[in-house]
Amino acid sequence: MKLNLKIWRQPGPNAKGRMVNYQIDGVESDMSFLEMLDLLNENLIAKGEEPVAFDHDCREGICGMCSLFINGEAHGPDRLTTTCQLHMRKFKDGDTIVIEPWRANAFPVIKDLVVDRSALDRIQQAGGYISVNTSGRPVDANTIPIPKKNADMAFDAATCIGCGACVATCKNASAMLFVSAKVAQYALLPQGRIEAAKRVQDMVAAMDAEGFGSCTNTGACEVQCPKGISLTNIAILNKEFLLAQSK
Amino acid sequence: MTILKTSVAKKVAMAISGLFLVLFLLLHLAINMSLIYPGKETFEASVEFMATNPFIQIMQPILALGFIFHIAMGIYLEWQNRGKRSIKYVKNKANVSSSWASRNMIWTGLFVLFFLAVHLYNYFIPFKTQANPDHYALVTGLFKDPVYTLLYIIAFVLLGIHLSHGFQSAFQSLGTPREKCHKFLVCCGNIFAFVVAIGFSAIAVYFYFN
Repeated sequence: MKLNLKIWRQPGPNAKGRMVNYQIDGVESDMSFLEMLDLLNENLIAKGEEPVAFDHDCREGICGMCSLFINGEAHGPDRLTTTCQLHMRKFKDGDTIVIEPWRANAFPVIKDLVVDRSALDRIQQAGGYISVNTSGRPVDANTIPIPKKNADMAFDAATCIGCGACVATCKNASAMLFVSAKVAQYALLPQGRIEAAKRVQDMVAAMDAEGFGSCTNTGACEVQCPKGISLTNIAILNKEFLLAQSK
Repeated sequence: MTILKTSVAKKVAMAISGLFLVLFLLLHLAINMSLIYPGKETFEASVEFMATNPFIQIMQPILALGFIFHIAMGIYLEWQNRGKRSIKYVKNKANVSSSWASRNMIWTGLFVLFFLAVHLYNYFIPFKTQANPDHYALVTGLFKDPVYTLLYIIAFVLLGIHLSHGFQSAFQSLGTPREKCHKFLVCCGNIFAFVVAIGFSAIAVYFYFN
């Protein structure tokens, strides 16, 4: 398979970036998207050029490190799929593929396609935890009865891998889907209720301070999320936020 | 205004003001319907009621405040959100993951605002300032102007599009349990948007031809 690639190249955080065209030959349909970029980089290194920097780690769709805005969509054209699990069989010989980094002021470009997503970590640190003693005699988790529905919803929320696709795809660069998943995963469980009011207020305040936009309920984040995090979580966050004001 | 300092609180305020305006639209549509059925006498009685009823007199400035707040906050949020992505995507297939209505609330809203200004100039000011206005003739007379009638129809179709997203979005902002209510609210929102767009437009078309 022969492809035309248009890739954002930017030498450093403060350098000016631009789209650069590359031709690549010998792409196989069984390659993952990142393996295709590996092949491109091998070709660039062989020619003495700077390889394209991009984030990746587990390449199994569970770590949240890979990103990329591919042909106008976060993680590319497949649904419920991270970039590392996107395969080249989804493209045709002769296709032009536009590859850009996540675009949001809260995610500044570090180099080429790599962006700084530490803003999400700081939101998590503002309240995305429960305070428990971990020493002494641990209590078996199953001693606290939890309705099956809550357990399922909390688990679904907890599958968020924090990749930032929601921010990348939102017209307002809002992080509400991410923040709501982190709020809901605790708010739905008895262990998380104790700090629920403070958590939602602190995490929303941190989200605003990091420079993300506000949610206008377009629903684009839900469609593009590789883990299928539901907008239900945003409704839960909104309810938790309103409840917290009355306390 | 410290209560409105977070982005979530601002969205809640947008939702409450939006739903308040939805109630007003229903009342307005009901009065306009009386232009056709039962007819002139009921319409004039409705106008008289709106002009003299003490409750309506209290609600009028609150309604004006609701409009001003919803418009000002909408413009402010749009301006703020636009600053969150300084470098745009070269290629962005926004239409595959969200509706046109949801992405263009500012434009449908601004057109409705423009129409609101025209509307206040044409009806509200003469209603309030003329000594003995013939309300029925004033309203129906303007629909003989094809340009005005076209502007009127475009405004209400765009308002319908605005409502098709705004109605269910308001409930989402207020934290209604999505898994239970979302489909029902989307359905209600679409029906309401359709009734508003077609209802107001149909009255305009009726008087243009009659």
